[in-house]
Amino acid sequence: MLPLLLSLFADSLGSAETFADYKDTVSNPLVKLILFGLLWAFLHHFCAGIRFLLLDVHKGLDLASSRQSARLVLIVSLVLTVLIGVKLW
Amino acid sequence: MVKRIVVGAHYGLRDWIGQRVTAIVMALYSVYFGICALMLPEMSYEAWSGMFAGGFMRFFSFLFFMSLFYHAWVGVRDIFMDYIQPVGIRLTLHVIVMFLLIGYAGWAAQILWRL
Repeated sequence: MLPLLLSLFADSLGSAETFADYKDTVSNPLVKLILFGLLWAFLHHFCAGIRFLLLDVHKGLDLASSRQSARLVLIVSLVLTVLIGVKLW
Repeated sequence: MVKRIVVGAHYGLRDWIGQRVTAIVMALYSVYFGICALMLPEMSYEAWSGMFAGGFMRFFSFLFFMSLFYHAWVGVRDIFMDYIQPVGIRLTLHVIVMFLLIGYAGWAAQILWRL
């Protein structure tokens, strides 16, 4: 998926013409679906990463709070995906 | 007597720290990028490329991409070390991923400095 993202990024910054190509590509429903899937994956990794960094410094290490934070990661990343998804649609 | 360990890679700590430092760089960049993108008046070529025209944004974006590829390398290598046991296949996969990531790094640099 990295080549897809990099080529989209290249198009978006190349010139006004390639920017129009980029707009065309991302308005395709299938591409949109893939991008939202990737957005969710990224946001989940982002939230889970922050959780792991906190666990590294011994924050919330006990069973009850680590279960709770795991649930929180799932919820927050989904909410963020929906919010950004709605904003970008 | 010094206990010498003759097997293993011994780069565990370095990669562990590298993984976390790159994670923090990417997290900070993500927030910064999000704020900048939200402040764009419109999603036009002028506004979007203008966002990446500044020296700081270009540098930070490049740092993000470098962090991403190093972070991905640590992660993918760990997966291969865990799940791909035949040495030949593992080595081949490592080399392929390494060259891909180096290639992507060059590509990212080219995109950012062609503006």
